Amino acid sequence: MNNYSRERFDVLVVGGGPAGIAGAVRAAESGARVGMVDENVAPGGQIWRGGSSEGPHSSEASNWLVRLKKAGVIELCGKRVFHHPEAGILLAEGLDDVWELSYRNLVLATGARERFLPFPGWTLPNVMGAGGLQALVKSGLPIQGKRVVVAGTGPLLLAVASYLRKHGAEIPLICEQASASKLARFAMMLIRHPEKIFQGLQLRKDIAGILLATSSWPVAAHGKRTLEAVTISSAGKSETVQCDYLACGFHLVPNTELPVLLGCRTRCGYVQVDELQQTSVQGIFCAGEPTGIGGVDLALIEGQIAGLAATGRTSEAKALFSKRERFRRFARLLDETFCLRSELRGLPSADTLICRCEDVSYSRLREHTSWRAAKLHTRCGMGPCQGRICGPATQFLFKWNPDSVRPPVFPARVEHLAAQPQLIPEVTGEVQ
Amino acid sequence: MPSEFIVRVNGASVSVPAGATVAVAMVMAGQPCRSSVIGEPRGPLCGMGICFECRAVVNGIPHSRTCQLLCEPDMEVKTDE
Repeated sequence: MNNYSRERFDVLVVGGGPAGIAGAVRAAESGARVGMVDENVAPGGQIWRGGSSEGPHSSEASNWLVRLKKAGVIELCGKRVFHHPEAGILLAEGLDDVWELSYRNLVLATGARERFLPFPGWTLPNVMGAGGLQALVKSGLPIQGKRVVVAGTGPLLLAVASYLRKHGAEIPLICEQASASKLARFAMMLIRHPEKIFQGLQLRKDIAGILLATSSWPVAAHGKRTLEAVTISSAGKSETVQCDYLACGFHLVPNTELPVLLGCRTRCGYVQVDELQQTSVQGIFCAGEPTGIGGVDLALIEGQIAGLAATGRTSEAKALFSKRERFRRFARLLDETFCLRSELRGLPSADTLICRCEDVSYSRLREHTSWRAAKLHTRCGMGPCQGRICGPATQFLFKWNPDSVRPPVFPARVEHLAAQPQLIPEVTGEVQ
Repeated sequence: MPSEFIVRVNGASVSVPAGATVAVAMVMAGQPCRSSVIGEPRGPLCGMGICFECRAVVNGIPHSRTCQLLCEPDMEVKTDE
């Protein structure tokens, strides 16, 4: 039998990225018993993966990580929340352990993932997300001397190109689907966001000399068993570039599965929150990317507001509102700049796989009129990722809306789903 | 733990840096993590535990998400067929 443990918290935070860390710290600094559960091996989320010893956020990241230790937050790393058996309780699993986590208030800081758009060859090994390849390099993949084409859309592309080049990669090209005029307007609007200007200038210096092609996107990846080259459409012309990796992501989509499972209302795909970051469910707060893609600065402010509000310190939370409003304007600017152009709907050919888990092709999907019908007839979205990759793709390609979420919110081991809490003695002595 | 050690990927030895994930070892070895429903080779995509493309057989346990699992000396990793 696996280990079954119980923990009780005043505030439980799900997600250990900037929003979750900020929320956990502010809640714990008031003396509350706070837990933070995250599926990665260490806190930091994607942007601060590995404690982030480099990049423009390095000192900010280490300050928050130090505060996290000092505040006495109970960190549960390498555990993934998979079920919500009853109000006030979440179940999480590790490799060989199940955790029953009860809470008075909950802060959801589940972050975002990359949006992937299917094109011929995108399933070849070494075609990865832009953030995906960066995560692998941060996890030890040597990139020295490798040729990497970076493509897709969003500010992440520049950050990834800069990071990979610092680690010795050769970047022949960055392809950004947004037009040059949209990027120019974005750069101009940055004047209202001084802290972003600094980051932007630093990035520009870091990627100096790399060709940044606008109105450009990958149309096909080539190779037998692994990637060998990619064909790019750039301002109407196509060009084939040899490369070892294609790092390709089309901005970000919020991870709203757990909030939706818990009954939190969404609007336009984002979790709806009030001014104190509380969702439509009393006592459940949400912060960071699930409420709108705004990056690390907005996530830190929203996380703090949620952590303060979850421990009843509303006046301290209110002091952060004006800062949040400014960062939210930046989030709207990101949305406008990096929205997907309609030509990208023409990327898949008939036999391009859209659902990678179940190998469902574009031609089989286009016969259907809804996500539900496609799921029932083709098994699209029914594999282990539960539609997390093909869902946002079909939403863009066919304008299909996602279904309701059902537990388990992630595939879990059968013995963990069947774990019987009442048969096992309580592990934690502390009861609040 | 030494700064570099050996794991085996589909029978071949690969020297990985300490702290490397199993997904990294598989990419370094040039081996696919899994074989898809129609038999395509697949490797890591999202790098953050969402897409499940990097699942492989690790020390005999199938469907292990290798991007969320650290390498250990003498680990035995195989493509999930």
